[in-house]
Amino acid sequence: MADTIWVYAEISEDKITTTSLEMLAKAAEAGDAEAILLGPASDEAVQALARNGASKIYRCADAVYKDYLTLPAAETLAALIQKYHPAVMLFASSYVGRDLVANLSARLDCGAITDVGDFQLKDGTVEATIPALGASYQNTSTLVNPGTKLLVVRPKSFEPKLNEKPLNVEEIPAASDAGLQKVRMKERVVVKREGPSLEGAKIVVSGGRGLKGEEQFSMLKDLADALGGAVGASRAAVDAGWVPYAMQIGQTGKTVKPDVYFAVGISGAVQHLSGMKTSKYIITINKDPEAPIFQYSDFGVVGDLFKIVPQLIEELKRRKGA
Amino acid sequence: MNVIVCGKVIPASTVTIEIDPNTKRMTRKGVPHELDPAAASAVEEGLRLTEKHGGAVTLITMGTSDSTIGIRNALAMGAASAVHVLDDAVAGSDTLATAKILAAAIKKQPFDLVLCATESSDSYSGIVPGQIAHFLGVPPVTFAKEIAVEGDKITIKRQSETGHDIVESTLPALVSCSSGINEPRYPQLKGIMAAKKKEIKVYTAADLGLSPDEVGEKGAREKVLSIGRPPKRQAGKAVTDEGEGGKQIADFLAEIKVI
Repeated sequence: MADTIWVYAEISEDKITTTSLEMLAKAAEAGDAEAILLGPASDEAVQALARNGASKIYRCADAVYKDYLTLPAAETLAALIQKYHPAVMLFASSYVGRDLVANLSARLDCGAITDVGDFQLKDGTVEATIPALGASYQNTSTLVNPGTKLLVVRPKSFEPKLNEKPLNVEEIPAASDAGLQKVRMKERVVVKREGPSLEGAKIVVSGGRGLKGEEQFSMLKDLADALGGAVGASRAAVDAGWVPYAMQIGQTGKTVKPDVYFAVGISGAVQHLSGMKTSKYIITINKDPEAPIFQYSDFGVVGDLFKIVPQLIEELKRRKGA
Repeated sequence: MNVIVCGKVIPASTVTIEIDPNTKRMTRKGVPHELDPAAASAVEEGLRLTEKHGGAVTLITMGTSDSTIGIRNALAMGAASAVHVLDDAVAGSDTLATAKILAAAIKKQPFDLVLCATESSDSYSGIVPGQIAHFLGVPPVTFAKEIAVEGDKITIKRQSETGHDIVESTLPALVSCSSGINEPRYPQLKGIMAAKKKEIKVYTAADLGLSPDEVGEKGAREKVLSIGRPPKRQAGKAVTDEGEGGKQIADFLAEIKVI
């Protein structure tokens, strides 16, 4: 019998997140995939799980999971894990996923492996591949606890795959204990974005410390617009307050995998590399020829970005007009 | 308000971290160390809260004797005292063992609020704060970009994928601070001098009531099987801009058929 692998399905803007679907594809390939979906969700979202390989869906639509962070969901998951003992449970490397794994691994005294890029399951033993320390080392780890192995999976590690299963939903009771309602979600503020989303864009133009300030990001926006792309940033630029966190690419921000990634004025700290190094083509503009980013780039220009980027924008306009 | 800050002292950012192929751990001995910048932000946040609401900040760290420099830095910033878990037996701890140790050390101090970075800048697992919260039995309030305390109520602006959330809880609680929550102060001479007189309590795992089986490599659930450099991406072409750099990029985009 195939091992049962659970996927914690997350919802964003009433859709199952792409990372959840990616994990389902891998789970269905490595064993028998089942999904857990907690909190209000549309029928369409539930069906998407079955369409993407979930042979069973444990579901509770209670609003307690939306209104209170971490504790109610962890309580429900711990009870389910202790009842059904799946071989592996996968969580996205997201805010929700990391919080749940932190709580569950302590509660079940089972540990967890984070930042997983791939894994294999052999005779109940899991072997996970982790791009450790950003991108400079890669290691394989296992968990020696008995019982369910918890893995936190990096976004874009797998391709989502349509794999239609009959809809098989089991409704489960809500964790209604008032003692779990300790961290209350008071308000959600969604920052509007323009143009394509960073995760979905085919072209990403990112700026770092070398941009020297907020205003200069408009130049990157012009470049992104000329190519139909989105603008991203390194942690240095976000920490400096030039651009919002939603634009951050890297280990602590978003992971992107566009066709073309422009690293403009970004040195290429491991923090950043781990969020973009699997891009198909990487184009680098940096004044420092020793910047580590050049080792990863397909085409690099050593020079003044304030001269090169405007010239590139002009050239793109000229060629488009021609 | 008693604030505990859990923070790590790590190899300085100027050091290329190497991994020992035998122990499969980061080489920490003999390289310059510093207070993790992420931990410095948590210390700063603790100081701002205690400056406003009264009370004191205590730094708790686990690490080798190289950690002293970072502990002194936190004390020089203004932390009142520090706790150092210093014990060869804790080397090789995974996240879970680390959280057990830190929680046991925190429990020995009075506290209203525990602050952590969301993750350390050398290993980035990001789950230790939530594990500590569980062992302490306090609410995990994570990924804070801003923190406000009013009486026993704590409200944070929490980072989210699409913007931010306003999240509230009650003290005692554990809050993890996102990077960029503040700009940590530089220690001043007066602070550096005062730090020399401040107390650093040193504990071993046994002092914390933990058995050798619960900590270090023995207590770890996660075992590293192998370690190596990932296949290197073939570095491509690089040119020096001689006035045609932008056009050369356009040529490359045409070559890969993007334009």
